[in-house]
Formats: sequence, C-alpha cells, structure tokens
Amino acid sequence: MATPRLELKGITKAFPAVVANSNVSLTVMPGEIHAVLGENGAGKSTLMKIIYGSQMPDAGQILLNGQVMQIRNPKEARANGIGMVFQHFNLFDTMTVAENVWLGLARASLEQVTASIVAKAAEYGLDTDPRRLVHTLSVGERQRVEIIRALLTRPELLILDEPTSVLTPQAVEKLFLVLRKLSSEGCSILYISHKLHEIRELCTACTVLRAGKVTGVCNPKEETNASLSRMMIGAEPPLLEHHECKAGAATMVVKNLSLERDDQFGVDLHEINLRVCAGEVVGIAGVSGNGQKELLYALSGEDTRAPHGSVCMGEADVSGRDPAERRCLGLHFVPEERLGRGAVPTLSLAQNLLLTRTESISMPRCAGGWIRVKELATHAERLIEHFHIKAGGPNSVARSLSGGNLQKYIVAREIDANPKLLIVSQPTWGVDVGAAAQIRGEILRLRDKGCAVLVVSEELDELFEICDRMYVIARGKLSPSIPIAEATVEKIGEWMSGLWSNSAASEAHHA
Amino acid sequence: MDSYALLIAATLNAGTVLAIASLGLLINEKAGIVNLGAEGMMLCAAIAGFACVVHTGSDTMGFVAGAATGALMAAVFGGLVVWLNTNQYATGLALTLFGTGFSAFAGINYVQAQIPERPDFAIPYLSDIPLVGPALFHQHPLVYLTVVFALGLIWFLYRTRSGLILRSVGESPESAHALGYPVRWIRMGAIMVGGALCGLAGAYLSIIYTPLWVEGMVAGKGWIALALTTFATWRPARVLLGAYLFGGVTMLQFHLQGVGVEVPSQVLSMLPYLATIVVLAFISRNPRWIRINIPAAMGKPFYPGS
Repeated sequence: MATPRLELKGITKAFPAVVANSNVSLTVMPGEIHAVLGENGAGKSTLMKIIYGSQMPDAGQILLNGQVMQIRNPKEARANGIGMVFQHFNLFDTMTVAENVWLGLARASLEQVTASIVAKAAEYGLDTDPRRLVHTLSVGERQRVEIIRALLTRPELLILDEPTSVLTPQAVEKLFLVLRKLSSEGCSILYISHKLHEIRELCTACTVLRAGKVTGVCNPKEETNASLSRMMIGAEPPLLEHHECKAGAATMVVKNLSLERDDQFGVDLHEINLRVCAGEVVGIAGVSGNGQKELLYALSGEDTRAPHGSVCMGEADVSGRDPAERRCLGLHFVPEERLGRGAVPTLSLAQNLLLTRTESISMPRCAGGWIRVKELATHAERLIEHFHIKAGGPNSVARSLSGGNLQKYIVAREIDANPKLLIVSQPTWGVDVGAAAQIRGEILRLRDKGCAVLVVSEELDELFEICDRMYVIARGKLSPSIPIAEATVEKIGEWMSGLWSNSAASEAHHA
Repeated sequence: MDSYALLIAATLNAGTVLAIASLGLLINEKAGIVNLGAEGMMLCAAIAGFACVVHTGSDTMGFVAGAATGALMAAVFGGLVVWLNTNQYATGLALTLFGTGFSAFAGINYVQAQIPERPDFAIPYLSDIPLVGPALFHQHPLVYLTVVFALGLIWFLYRTRSGLILRSVGESPESAHALGYPVRWIRMGAIMVGGALCGLAGAYLSIIYTPLWVEGMVAGKGWIALALTTFATWRPARVLLGAYLFGGVTMLQFHLQGVGVEVPSQVLSMLPYLATIVVLAFISRNPRWIRINIPAAMGKPFYPGS
C-alpha cells in the first residue's frame, strides 16, 4: 500500500472552554479528495488550523508522506507542500491580485508572479486579471485568487474550508472541475463542508467529526444523505411540516424601487419589484454582494431614501418611515449580523429585548418610559424556554451565546412579536443543523398563522426547503418570481448570474 | 525680488521639519499604528539634540541623539501598544504629556545656552545662480535629504516587497499573520523608524531651524504632522506638498506682518493652518481615493491567534 500523503494520529486540542479535537485520526492518500464533514463547532476548523500550523495540538502526531512533522506556523506548512484556501479570505482589499499573491509566496519579483498567475489561471480555467484591485472582485473571483495563490506554492495537499458557501451552483461546478483536475495530477485535497450532496458528488473518502471526535470514516459515494447525517449529528434532521400555502392579501409591495448606492463598495438597486403576501414564504436567492444588503436596508427602514410610493405595506406608503414606525405597522426584521445589528453584544439578553420590543416599558410612547425590569426578565425567560435556547438565563450577555443560540434568540424575539411581515436575512448562517431546522420550522409555523415572510439567503437548499415563491437578485436587479414547484437548481443558478429572460418575466406576471 | 527668493528658502526650511516628522508618522500609520506621541517625541528629541550639540559641538551627534531619543520613546510606546495591546490613542497622548513635561524639566539649564555659529550652507556653483541659488541651494543638507527620502519612501511602499508587507500589516493584520508574517515585529519596527524620524525633525528644529532651546518650542508641529498624514491621504508626495505649503504660508504671514498689513496678527497666524487644511481637504475629497489609501486596520490592536 502506498504511503499516505497525510496521516493524523490521536490529535487532541483543548481550549479553556471546550475540547475542540479529541483523539482525532485521519488518513489522506495521494490524489485523494477527502471530505471532513461536521457541523459548526464540531472541530473541523481547529483540525485544519493544526494541519496548517496556525495552532499547535496538545497531543498527537502529524505524518506527512510517512514522516513525523512538527508544523509550527503556516510558513512551514507551505514549505512542506500544504496549501490552504480559507473560508474567510486572507486578502488585502486595497491591493491588486498580483500583490496579494506575491505576499503569499516566497521571494520572487512582481513581474514573475504576474506571469505565473496568468499561466496558472489559463492552466486551470481560473480567469483572473492580476492587475485588478481585490475590492473590485466578486466573492467568486476572490476565491479564485485564493486558490491560485495556494496553487502557486505547488501544494501536495490543498485544504479548502467551506469553499462553496459563497458560490453560485455553476461556480461550484467549475470549482469541482478544478479540484478533480488537481486530484488527477496527484494533489491530495482536504475538503471541509457540511453540505452532504457536494461531498457525495466530489469526494472519494470522508471523515466525519462530531463534538471533536471522529464518528465515522466512509466512502461518501456509498452513503446516503441520511446515513451521513446520522454520523454527523447523531440523528437525521427533523423533517419540516409543510402545509399548503394559502396566500392572502399583499402585505408588502415594492414598486420600481431604484436606489443609488450609499457606500462606495455597495450596489445600485435597479427597478426592484417585489410582492410578499400574507401566509407565504418568499425567498430571495443570490450570491451575497449583489444588492441584498441595500435592498434590506430599504425594506427595514434603515435606509429611508427610497422614492415616494416605492415601498408600501398594505395601503400605507412606508418608503420614508424609519424602522420603529414600520415596526408599529407589523414589520419585524432579523438582520444578517447578529452581533452589533441584531443584538448588542455587551448587553444582557433581557436588555436586548428592548431593541425591538416595548411590552415591558411603561408608557413606551413617551421618551421617559420606565423599564419594568422584572417583567422584562420574565419575558426573556419565556423566550429562552420556549425556543430551547442554551443560555445562562435572561441576564447572560448576548456575546456569550454561541452563534446558533443567539440567532435563535433574535428570531424568537421577532417571531414572538406576532409580526404581519417578517424579513429574515440569512436565517441559518453559521447555525448548526439542529438549530437551523428549528428556526426553519418556526418560520413555517409563522407562515401558517398567516404572517408574510421574506427570507434572503445564500443557501439554495434552505430556500427550496421553506419558500413558496422565489426571486433571485443579481447585480442590483431582481428577477421575476417563480413558484417553488417550477424552480430548479439549474434555473436559479442561471438567474443568479443575472440571466433571466423577459419572457420569463411576463410569464411570472400572469402567475 | 530677493525677498521672494528668501521667502522660498525659508519655506523649504520650515516645511522640512514637518515633512520629516510626517513621513515618519506615515510609516507608522501604513503599518496600522497611530502615534499621538509625536509632539512629545519631537520635544524630547529637540532638547536632546540641542544639549548634545552644546556639549559636543557636532551637529551630526545632535541629529543622532535626537533620532535615538525619538526611537527610544517610540519603543516604549510600541512595547505598550503592540505587545500589551494598550489603546493607541491614550498611550500616544500619555507620551506627549510626558514628553512636554520632561523636555521642559530637562531643558531648564539650556534655555540661555548658545550653540556655535552655523556656517552658511551652500551648494557650490548652483548657489551662485541669481535668484534660484538663494531660493533653492542655500539649504542645510537635510532639506535635500528629506526630498530624497520621500522619493525613496514612495519607491519602498509601492515598488518593493517589504513595502507591500508593511502595507499588508496595516491593511489586515489578521491576514498578514495567517500568511506567516511577524505582524508584531513589523509594527514594532515601523514604530521605531517613525519615532526616529520624529526625533530627527525635533532635532532639526532646535539645531538648525531656530538654533536655541525654548520650552514647548515644537509648538504643535507634531500635531500638524499627524494631521498632514490624514489630509495627504497617506501618500508621501502629498505629505511633502502639504508640509511645504504649511511652511510657505507660515513664512508668508511673517512677511505680511513685517510689511504691516492691516489685518490682526492673530488672523494671520491662523493662515497656515487654514490654508493647509483647505488645500489638502480639497485634493483628498474623493472618498474612493481615501479608501484605497487609508490603512484599514489603523489604530486597531492586533491579537495573534484570535
């Protein structure tokens, strides 16, 4: 048998609060595409950081090509043929592509680097202009830069951390082509993901992690989603209850909304037409940075520059109203950023209720209203209990909660207000599978009660799971809506690149 | 006509103090460090340089003493800010407060001191050209070196790998760390170089520009130098331009006061500040340009491994 490219033996790493990896072993053969599957917080990222040298294990051995190695920092990792593409790109916005790549390489001249970028890009079909500034690139293009940078160190082992979370389905296909080509040339790939179907399509081996321990080693092509998911979370994800959609009157109508960008790295909105009715979940798909942020600011009322009459709730024109006024009309909003926008990190959960809820304030209309502290705490307690949120209690500081639990709390806060219209951005971003299923379940339950829900998400699977109708946003333009029954991943993927025909538009108009 | 030549000569001289300090601070800020201790470092370096010249009689020794004083104070600042992650603004202010008080204390015995007469600096042949000679070629060598240094800095920042690494640390220290660069040592180095340049500026002030020691003689030039980096959108050439502009208007208002213009002298004293701000604010009004040039991590602490 050949020598494994990489072998981990009994890797253990503990942090003050949590054991991230406990006795983890893993074997990657040359040219193998090996998946590391696990939920958020299962210890995948820590394990990769250990392989890449940005963290040291407390115990255990790393063998590269059969030799025991001590990898003390990323430089040593790169020198030993390990490359990594991070989930959060390590790129410098104000520098050019070539300069960024140059920074990641050992000494060479900028001209040489530029030439080798062009060569690599051509070899692997990764179109990139080395002279462009990184901040002008789309997320997919940035990832290409990261991949080229990793490839130029001629890695024998390439680590990709959740590479598809930012890509359109078509871009994912392209990425897979690149990875398959690499693997056929003998480069081993460690592919970190929690997306089961991708792993089954791409990978030939898989190590599953749960709570820092290895819970399975398998060939994903021989497994089903259900069996992988059992290894990953110890159970199959609960099925969502789907009732027939009974769409009622329009709750929010957006007519010909065009807005110039506020921030220079933002996106202009072009003639957005959108309609959300009571009792339906409407989704907006799209790769982030295509106008989602700008649209949501205009819908939530954080941006009140929308032209007169372009944003209406029922009969009321709300285009110039601020978030509090819209909230009085029944619009509640869960922003994408939990810390800092959805919740104040340093305040307690109870105090965070006051951001959007006024039940516990006497005379909330008056500036001098008093906070009824006890009632506030009981209220927070009720939410924590009802939504099974893991928190110390109403007095725990928002920052101390895990991402998933805080997200549940924020969603709970808005759902509990009995909104007429709930707008949620990335409802399950960075949330583990169990909590994600719970949040989606709550959204559907709210819809069944007759609330209108607008979900903006980058996860197509999620939108297909909960939406009744779907729009796609691309380059600041919104596609016509399409009923979920008629939507396919291919079609939505095409639309995500901005390619929807006008015939589709008129079709949808009649629907 | 001669008075205009002298005015230009004085402008270059006055602008040089600001330019040296401001270029030093620019290096700091490109690495993500804001050192509000510039004024304090310049004061301490001014007295250190002056005292050194009084005792040794050598200008060079004076400049070395000044630069060393600046670097030493910057090292203390760097130790606190980079390794102990104290707040950069508070630490810098403390450095200025300390420097103001300490320089006054250390300088008590030097208030009346005299340093030897400067020989007239002149570049052979060139200085004999009418008008141009007195305007441009009767300067201390440091004036020319400052221009050369600014050009070298442009080349370093935008054409060399080391300059790129320095900028990367100021742009995103986390990414630079992930790529394997020693962010803390790079920042420390930038701080010391910046401190040394501020020190050099202070020494130039007390040895060449006004060859004497007066308590608080830096008179806000450290703050102007700090403001210059921002208004110049962190571009060395603009720093130079801003510095000479400030120097020029300062000299112009002295000239106007001397001529006896019917404007209150207080208003004239405001002119250099106003003119510098107006001009630089005007050329840096493009937000896109600012975003490209502002070091994104400026003033933010960096914790490796978080």
